[in-house]
Amino acid sequence: MTSPHRRPSGLLRRAGFTGRTAVVGVPWLWLLLFFLVPFLIVLKISFAETQLAVPPYTPMFEWVEGQYLQLRLHASNYAYLFQDSLYFQAFLSSLKVAAVSTVLCLLIGYPMAYGIARSSPSGRNILLLLVILPFWTSFLLRVYAWIGLLRNNGVINNALMALGIIDEPIVMLQTDFAMYVGIVYSYLPFMILPLYANLEKHDHTLLEAAADLGCRPFRAFLRITLPLSKPGIIAGSMLVFIPAIGEFVIPRLLGGSDSLMIGRVLWDEFFSNRDWPVASAVAIALLLLLVIPIMVFQRYQAQEMSGGARR
Amino acid sequence: MAGRPYVRIEQVTRKFGDFVAVDNVSLDIVRGEIFCLLGGSGCGKTTLLRMLAGFELPSAGRIFIDDVDMAGVPPYERPVNMMFQSYALFPHMTVEQNVSFGLRQEGTARPEIARRADEMLGIVKLGDFRHRKPHQLSGGQRQRVALARALIKKPKLLLLDEPLGALDKKLREQTQFELVNIQEQLGVTFVIVTHDQEEAMTLATRIGVMNHGRIAQVGTPHEIYEFPGTRFVADFIGNVNLFEGRLLEDEPDHVLIESPELGGAIYVGHGISAAPGAQVWAAVRPEKLQITRAKPDSPHNMAPGVIKEIAYLGDMSVLLVKLDSGKTVRITLPNTYRHADDRLTWEERVFVSWHESSCVVVTQ
Repeated sequence: MTSPHRRPSGLLRRAGFTGRTAVVGVPWLWLLLFFLVPFLIVLKISFAETQLAVPPYTPMFEWVEGQYLQLRLHASNYAYLFQDSLYFQAFLSSLKVAAVSTVLCLLIGYPMAYGIARSSPSGRNILLLLVILPFWTSFLLRVYAWIGLLRNNGVINNALMALGIIDEPIVMLQTDFAMYVGIVYSYLPFMILPLYANLEKHDHTLLEAAADLGCRPFRAFLRITLPLSKPGIIAGSMLVFIPAIGEFVIPRLLGGSDSLMIGRVLWDEFFSNRDWPVASAVAIALLLLLVIPIMVFQRYQAQEMSGGARR
Repeated sequence: MAGRPYVRIEQVTRKFGDFVAVDNVSLDIVRGEIFCLLGGSGCGKTTLLRMLAGFELPSAGRIFIDDVDMAGVPPYERPVNMMFQSYALFPHMTVEQNVSFGLRQEGTARPEIARRADEMLGIVKLGDFRHRKPHQLSGGQRQRVALARALIKKPKLLLLDEPLGALDKKLREQTQFELVNIQEQLGVTFVIVTHDQEEAMTLATRIGVMNHGRIAQVGTPHEIYEFPGTRFVADFIGNVNLFEGRLLEDEPDHVLIESPELGGAIYVGHGISAAPGAQVWAAVRPEKLQITRAKPDSPHNMAPGVIKEIAYLGDMSVLLVKLDSGKTVRITLPNTYRHADDRLTWEERVFVSWHESSCVVVTQ
């Protein structure tokens, strides 16, 4: 920056524009255009009032009497979220569904990731391919396939009845069970892949060292493998939890009509009630709810990186 | 070799598919010894060590430690601890937690764990680093953590896999002596795997030289160096000049070898057990060769040649002399004097010779 050689590009450079800024700038620009601007629009709408017009909300700025610029912010939409217990209930039940799904994904995904990481290099690729394979089919199609499996005259019930295990079909579709099956099934790869990426890097001699020092295999897993896979567990859990909390399609298609998910409430506000401001307020509240745990996690990770330097 | 063997390896073989890593090895290791398994990479030394630790199982043969057959005894139940080549420190634990790990598996009382961890950290001089994590330590410090961790359970047998491999030369020499001190202090039996013959010579009370999965020779460093049993051992430990020849006379007090490679006869002042006419090799260490301008009196053990290379190493010089027979021999001369008026130079004609007791005859 203090280079004595003045080049024609000096002006640009002094303005802080270098090749480096250009490279870093692309993702920044992308985020600005496709994340920050929409977010600000939604934020703006969340402070408006609904009205019968196109668009169906009041503008934020208005010229009053031709000379004053009036800024109108309605906090009422947020207040409304607290007044009607529906939203709070929906948040809670979304949190619960997402949390349970995350735990289920972890319980199912960890052994799978561990198995893949410990299998032979050639088998590993095939197993990983099998994990990724469902992505090659449309997500909606796969959810519909579950309807075919779970409904009263679906594959599972028919098979069980043909075998004489049950006399009448078990009602599975449009229950919480079906919803959890759908969510866990859909998000399992997002748990397995980061876990695998972590477990695959583990140094096997650490387990040998533990065994050498008198540690039995299961204990060695608890004391060595599990703590070292913590970043993978956290990353996988975030990748499942965050989309699951706003999940709309799966509860709608597989879950019961009484299943109350925030994604569903959002949909109803936007498209059924056409109350864009309240829908926006719901979206903003949801975002805050998600951003906070991510920030806590980031902080924790930063601490972990410098861990042990203190004391 | 006094005492009853503490470790007994009986005809142990280990195969990986078609590859025989360890081939019918039998070995006794006595209590309190520092035994070095020495060999090049892929000679099976590490596999043998891992079988002692229980990470590999013999395909055939048996291993006894303290008279207990180790077949079917998992690593976590063996009275053995190992120091890994990569150190294998637990990255998520502090130095103190790493060191005390072994005791915590045994359910030792907390104050006792703390006391012994303190003691171990004192021995390896890491008391001030107890709260650091492994990635905040230097290579030498990590090595000492690994040593402390392996020693805290007071094992009767400590296995060390290339313990000094990752250290630089100065640190390595210092650590070698520390290792020997600790071994004497705690009375542990060490089995060390190394490819570094200098390391083996410094540390070991006995060395087992391995080649292609077999033990080529077992002996004290002195025996291995001065009385190598095979060409491989002679060549692997230090430098050696080998002269191929045919046995002419085999008397109880001397043998005579006809060696075209030397361009003359070799007279050895002791008898060997081989039939006349057999193919043998006479091995002479570079420092045992003499170099003179005048022709030596003896008709044997000498050959004329021309100096081709002189390498000055400070404490000594290495000379390569091309004999008239075409063979190049290596000679080392101590640089005893700072000034020498009459130095040997390149392309000078000289005679290379050795005393009849300086040479070892090997038959394979």
